[in-house]
Amino acid sequence: MQVKEYKPLIVAFCCNWCSYAGADLAGNNRLNYPADVKIIRVPCSCRVNPMFVLRAFQRGADGVILCGCHPGDCHYTSGNYYTRRRMALLFSMLDYLGIEKERTRVEWVSAAEGAKFAATMNDFAEKVAALGENKRLEDLRCKR
Amino acid sequence: MQKITRDQLIEKAASLLANGTVSCVLGWQKGEFDYDITPAVFETEDELKANFVWNDFCGANFSKYLVSKTKKCEGKILVFLKPCDTYSFNQLLTEHRFDREKVYAVGIPCEGMADIAKVKAIAGDGISAIDCSGEKLAVTTIYEDAPVMIDAKDVLAERCVNCKSKKHVAYDELIGEDGDVIDSARFDEVAKIEAMTPDERFAFWQNELSRCIRCNACRDICPACTCEKCVFGNPNSSLENKSPANSFEEKMFHIIRAFHVAGRCTDCGECSRVCPQHIPLHLLNRKFIKDIDSFYGEYQAGAEVGSRAPLVNYTTDDLEPGEVFERGDN
Repeated sequence: MQVKEYKPLIVAFCCNWCSYAGADLAGNNRLNYPADVKIIRVPCSCRVNPMFVLRAFQRGADGVILCGCHPGDCHYTSGNYYTRRRMALLFSMLDYLGIEKERTRVEWVSAAEGAKFAATMNDFAEKVAALGENKRLEDLRCKR
Repeated sequence: MQKITRDQLIEKAASLLANGTVSCVLGWQKGEFDYDITPAVFETEDELKANFVWNDFCGANFSKYLVSKTKKCEGKILVFLKPCDTYSFNQLLTEHRFDREKVYAVGIPCEGMADIAKVKAIAGDGISAIDCSGEKLAVTTIYEDAPVMIDAKDVLAERCVNCKSKKHVAYDELIGEDGDVIDSARFDEVAKIEAMTPDERFAFWQNELSRCIRCNACRDICPACTCEKCVFGNPNSSLENKSPANSFEEKMFHIIRAFHVAGRCTDCGECSRVCPQHIPLHLLNRKFIKDIDSFYGEYQAGAEVGSRAPLVNYTTDDLEPGEVFERGDN
């Protein structure tokens, strides 16, 4: 039996108005970032319900990253401020339950920051890969 | 032992029924045993005299019942509120969940409620009767003739040991004396868990939450959980039932349950009281309250009507989610 090399599965929720365009820019500029990052486009970072994050983990993600506009630059004026509060509490709670805090992250990436997007993803993928497979948040029913 | 008596409450309720101020009374009634007291609606003085109960096991918080009962009951409804219940009462008013005009709230002092699990730990199983009228609880079991005398202080429910307030924040009328907000040690246990290593924390919660049978009692009793349709009630979500294997499923339920009431939870402790598996669910809620207090300033949900909950509010220089872990107290 051939043993497959471990590759982390990373889910990135990207705001349509900034980070999603940032990812596009990274691609246009031929900047490398891991193919393990699966981008989900959301209309605003505050569209991300805490359940989305947990659901991603349950379905086998090893890391979840949220990318939104810089505070103050939200397309909808204040969406990312709510995200910031929600995710601060959610991450703190996940930590409280003993789940590795490196598996979750929030990063503000604007449409002009293609380089930052690629660098963030490289860094995050590296950290998650170092943690290894996500055992604490897996759901056996969703195992592939 | 409670300071006010059952007779005082019945007298008050009967006089309000007689003069037409209220048309029904939300009160406690004896269940199958002396300790499983259930909420009930009374419409006449005779019903009150026959079934109304007020003792150390009347823990039920009536605030949430008002949401459905004010719609059903014609005229005003009389509700008895202990100090901690009044916080939930205010929180539900803030969220416009019931019509204040249809409620006549009577504040009653509370000396703390007993936890039946603690009583059973001392007196043993087979409890046939509990008499709360004396200085001590007299617990009669089917195995002994003489009742076991227990000091009420020894069997106080966890939420009452760390009572946050004896002050009524909402009422139309008060029986007895009003108390003060108490500077309690309710976050000590949360701090103890925070001080553990991540592996210990994971083991602790795995141990607690894997007992969950997903009966949803914590959700159904919670005065902050008042959605008519719940995300956990969706049969297509694979989340509505307990998963057969030990997995993330029950943690997900409990994280989301606590998160949905974060910033609105008044820390009434009903979730832990009703849990048939004795999971300390209040520790999840208190973690959120503690975090909110330390990240965004002290906030007590329900302390006043109309206050803006921390999660529907923001400031431009809030803490970044990544900074949560760099703080010393986490």
